[in-house]
Amino acid sequence: MNSKKIVSLIPKVILIVLLLIIINIQLSTTQITGTLEQGFIYSLLALGIFISLRILDIPDLTVDGSFTLGVAVSVMFAYNGHPFLGILLSVVAGALAGMVTGILQTKLNVQPILAGIITLTGLYSVNLHIMDGNPNVSLWKKETIFSFFEEILPENAPVKIIVTGGITLIVIIVVYWFLNTQLGMALRATGDNEYMVRASSINSDRMKIIGFAIANALVAMCGGVIAQYNSAGDANGGTGMLVAGCASIIIGEVFFGKHTIVSCILSSVVGATAYRYVLSLAMSIGMKAIDFKLFSALIVAVAISIPTVKRFVVKTYNRMRDKGGKVNA
Amino acid sequence: MLKLYDVNITFNKNTVNERKALSDFNLNIEKGDFVTVIGSNGAGKSTLMNVVCGTYGVDSGHIYLDDRDITRLKEYQRAKIIGRLFQDPLKGTAPNMTIEENLGLAYGRGKKRTLAFGISKKDIVLFREKLAKLGLGLEDRMKTPVGLLSGGQRQALTLMMATIVTPKLLLLDEHTAALDPKTAGKVMEITDRIVKENNITTLMITHNIQNALDYGNRTIVLSQGRLLMDIKGDDRKNMTTEKLMKLYSSSANDVMTDKMLL
Ligand SMILES: Nc1ncnc2c1ncn2[C@@H]1O[C@H](COP(=O)(O)OP(=O)(O)OP(=O)(O)O)[C@@H](O)[C@H]1O
Ligand SMILES: [Mg+2]
Repeated sequence: MNSKKIVSLIPKVILIVLLLIIINIQLSTTQITGTLEQGFIYSLLALGIFISLRILDIPDLTVDGSFTLGVAVSVMFAYNGHPFLGILLSVVAGALAGMVTGILQTKLNVQPILAGIITLTGLYSVNLHIMDGNPNVSLWKKETIFSFFEEILPENAPVKIIVTGGITLIVIIVVYWFLNTQLGMALRATGDNEYMVRASSINSDRMKIIGFAIANALVAMCGGVIAQYNSAGDANGGTGMLVAGCASIIIGEVFFGKHTIVSCILSSVVGATAYRYVLSLAMSIGMKAIDFKLFSALIVAVAISIPTVKRFVVKTYNRMRDKGGKVNA
Repeated sequence: MLKLYDVNITFNKNTVNERKALSDFNLNIEKGDFVTVIGSNGAGKSTLMNVVCGTYGVDSGHIYLDDRDITRLKEYQRAKIIGRLFQDPLKGTAPNMTIEENLGLAYGRGKKRTLAFGISKKDIVLFREKLAKLGLGLEDRMKTPVGLLSGGQRQALTLMMATIVTPKLLLLDEHTAALDPKTAGKVMEITDRIVKENNITTLMITHNIQNALDYGNRTIVLSQGRLLMDIKGDDRKNMTTEKLMKLYSSSANDVMTDKMLL
């Protein structure tokens, strides 16, 4: 049993080593650290989507909108001199957006996909309002959480890695802790078996609303941090984030599976980072930024359809073999 | 204890599929009663349970539990005091969560779910102790996802979950029907023991007339959404499967199916 496990690990290890080698050859040191920083930040997105997609087992289309919501809130507060408050409030705003989707779904019986689209569409206007109608806001020469830490940390310290890594680490710990609390366990059970949840005197509607709130809070936080990381906010920045996050999770699950909470969290974080590296590599060999969305769409479509294609191939193979057998007999 | 007053429920009202599942249904169950429920397919047995635990709201009538009107309470609110087992072993447990997590969730029945840790060390000791009593070896597999257990093991676990915080009322809807005869017997045994030990007021649907007479202290027979027979006391002591079948066919319009003889 154990030796089998090790054997099954071999291809994964080879894959990782190969990826690391290619990264080393293809990317410059700044590209490597830059991508790692982005990977850390986008882990928040992946963790948020993990909560709706994997824990609640409901795809949540609010994501693209709540990401931009986080960008908008964070960028506007930083612009006015409150970068930390900006991040904090982007989390709160994301949670509210998630609650709207949750309430639409549970209390008003809107179908999950439609509920997400409704919130997403509404958020377009909300986000532009927050950004005072400007599709782009620059934080050039403004204080951000990054410039703040640059000042207090010793010179030459890898500030961006420390800040992004620190944020991700804290969020990972909080998510892990939460999922093991009574409330977190009730949330997990809601996605796993709603009958059982209601029979255990848990209000499943309330759990879903809480779940969407947390998921979108994380997504918005990701947007908030990214905006300050880039020193710029774009009202269209959220487009494609759901698919990018799904791609991250799927990539991560190849390596860690989805058996325990720890493996799921690792899948999200490592998957998000690996995904950023794949994008960086693709760019280094000439892919244009405008093709990113198509690229992530392809990753998700291919990854999700692999089991079906596999089954089809096996079936066809069996049919052909059976036919061959008859001819021989 | 549990009282149903003139309960009516109709499915697919005003369509060709209109179906009166319970009509002017009255029932009064005493505290500590272990009532077995039989009746042919579609008689309304499951509907009766779903109505009591709030899965379906009633069209008219009232339901009282311990003199409290619970007719308007939501399913999860009633679940604070009602434990329940489904026929389908898959429905009672969360497959991707471990045995101890499932028990931890059930142990929080009726309490507010907080940000305290889901399972404490003390809980684990209690869970182990209770699982050991089932005699299925589950106490050594506390970290196993429930999805890996057999139907019988899952159903026994669900039974523990439904009773780990002693409910005022326990509802069992053919909870052994999906199991093989030997496992079914074992689960029935465990059920009987837990119910007796904790003196839980219980309503158990079964398709097995012998079981219906062997277990509990009262048997009710449903037919076409009505209470056809109510057998208790000496009547019940002298009742046999054959007698019951005869009585049934003389008073009901439909016949009891063979399945009930099992
Ligand atoms: N959700 C529902 N929607 C429509 N009709 C329903 C629903 N649930 C039950 N019914 C109908 O109500 C009637 C009573 O069904 P119920 O499930 O209570 O019967 P039962 O006594 O449990 O039968 P069985 O022995 O087959 O489990 C049946 O005619 C059934 O078709
Ligand atoms: Mg039934």
